[in-house]
Amino acid sequence: MSILGWFAKRDRIVSRKKAGGQSRLDIPSDLWVKCFSCDATLYLKELEHNHKVCNECQYHFRLSPEERLAYFFDSESFVEHYDDIKPTDFLNFTDTHSYESRIVASQKKTQRADAAVVGTAKIEGLSVNVGLMDFAFMGGSMGCVVGEKIALITEMAIENKHPLVVFTSSGGARMQEGIMSLMQMAKTSGALAKLSEACIPYICVLCDPTTGGTSASFGMLGDVTLAEPGALISFAGPRVIEQTIRQKLPPGFQRAEFLLENGMVDRVVHRKEMRSTVAGLVRVLGGGQ
Amino acid sequence: MSEHRPKPMAFEAPIADLEEKIESLKALSEQGEMNLTDEIANIESRAHELKKDIYSNLSPADIIQIARHPDRPNSLFLANTIFDQFLELHGDRLYKDDPSIVSGVATMGKQRLVFIGHQKGSNTKENLYRNFGMPHPEGYRKALRMMRLADKFSLPIVSFIDTPGAYPGLEAEQRGQAEAIATNLKYMVTVSVPIVSFVIGEGGSGGALGIGVANRLYMLQHAVYSVISPEGCASILFKDASKAPFAAENLKITAKDIVELGIADGILDEPLGGAHYDPEAMAQTIKSTIERDLNTLGKQSPESLKTERYTKFRQFGAFE
Repeated sequence: MSILGWFAKRDRIVSRKKAGGQSRLDIPSDLWVKCFSCDATLYLKELEHNHKVCNECQYHFRLSPEERLAYFFDSESFVEHYDDIKPTDFLNFTDTHSYESRIVASQKKTQRADAAVVGTAKIEGLSVNVGLMDFAFMGGSMGCVVGEKIALITEMAIENKHPLVVFTSSGGARMQEGIMSLMQMAKTSGALAKLSEACIPYICVLCDPTTGGTSASFGMLGDVTLAEPGALISFAGPRVIEQTIRQKLPPGFQRAEFLLENGMVDRVVHRKEMRSTVAGLVRVLGGGQ
Repeated sequence: MSEHRPKPMAFEAPIADLEEKIESLKALSEQGEMNLTDEIANIESRAHELKKDIYSNLSPADIIQIARHPDRPNSLFLANTIFDQFLELHGDRLYKDDPSIVSGVATMGKQRLVFIGHQKGSNTKENLYRNFGMPHPEGYRKALRMMRLADKFSLPIVSFIDTPGAYPGLEAEQRGQAEAIATNLKYMVTVSVPIVSFVIGEGGSGGALGIGVANRLYMLQHAVYSVISPEGCASILFKDASKAPFAAENLKITAKDIVELGIADGILDEPLGGAHYDPEAMAQTIKSTIERDLNTLGKQSPESLKTERYTKFRQFGAFE
């Protein structure tokens, strides 16, 4: 079932519940969840134990930065940096809501200042610098804060000689920060150019979804580029392309496996293999001691 | 250039009306029925005032129309007019030649340089061939090849930005549009030669930046530069493409905005009404800017050019 199909179904269930009728599964929703992909009913505790991968169809649910840290990095090893950088509505941008109110709502929802979390951590005992994106914060969009944090953690990697590991999940540049968001693409790419010159490895893991300005900058600049199974990875989103070419896209188009087939990523890595794969790469490429 | 009269845009209607009146008065006058010289001169001066007034109070949505005008001088016209010799060089050596980007080596007096520009067409047939100035990955990879050539032979790079955006199509995705742009952004930061860029029409998002990480960036007076097209922004945020003019205001995309935000280093004035009213004059203005800047930048060491460019992009951002 497609994600849209899933939403439609969920809405039907919710409206039945509201109408006082019995839902198909009369169980507390905080104990069980339905797989977005195969519709299987999954016990939440077991799903979490499984790194939020459906054990029926291997669908990878989206993760928060905290979940990624818990699943892939050594426990208690993460030290957050630059968490005091906050976004500002410097263009006084308004669409259906003001940008300012969108910032406040997202901060309340995610309990963080913006869509990126950066810091230092260990993975299988190896020291690395880490960047993580939170899709729940305005679609993980890259504005000035995200750009600045990625640039800072990259520059820190040049200083502390730790390999850089970034997990992306982002719809692209943040429209509400206009042209300044676009400039973050050049800024982050520039910092990575310096990291390259210093011969420090950069491993980028593309997670669902990674599109637009994020894929067209630090997303696609890894010395090694990994992707999570099924992740949507693209420059232009599927809807825009369908409007351009006026035909339906083939199934699996722009998914991680499609990029692997077209030579755009090095490996598609299942979550249970992620920690050992990243650590293995760090061990071979060097640094992190 | 009275013979060259482009089709008027909506906001030019009052001017077109006056000009029509002038024409008919002139016709009357020529028939010798009465002497209308004074009246004609009077209306002509009113028309000129009106033009100045209209063109200095354009909304972002009006400016976009000028930036996208089919008669607006494009990269090839400007390159052939500005440079004494322009030798176009083709192909990315990986897949094919992309006609949406033109590039090559050029001379301008004693100055030798590498030129890269987005290429739009001036009619439907040309536009189909040029894909409306929307490059595929091979366009960006051709540009990368040219930048490497420039770096190797210590030739400065001049680029003209004029694209609605990188092409959002099936094959472009398959061949790695995102990777091609990202690689250019990264490479341009490391280049040891001067890079001078001009947004000559539309600066559409990553597709524009992919040849625009420059030491100096100029906006032509009626050019625009934006993270997303106002139409795209409106259809995503408002779910209504007709809100594009409002989105255009909010996105801050005009030459004035881009300079105020510190992204561009200056605005090049256009002939009254837009570059398409006098393309030769526009070319001359761009040429003097290239000469001046390459002269200044040419005196800097390769290391300082790199550092200056890195620092410029590194400091972009507004946060608390």
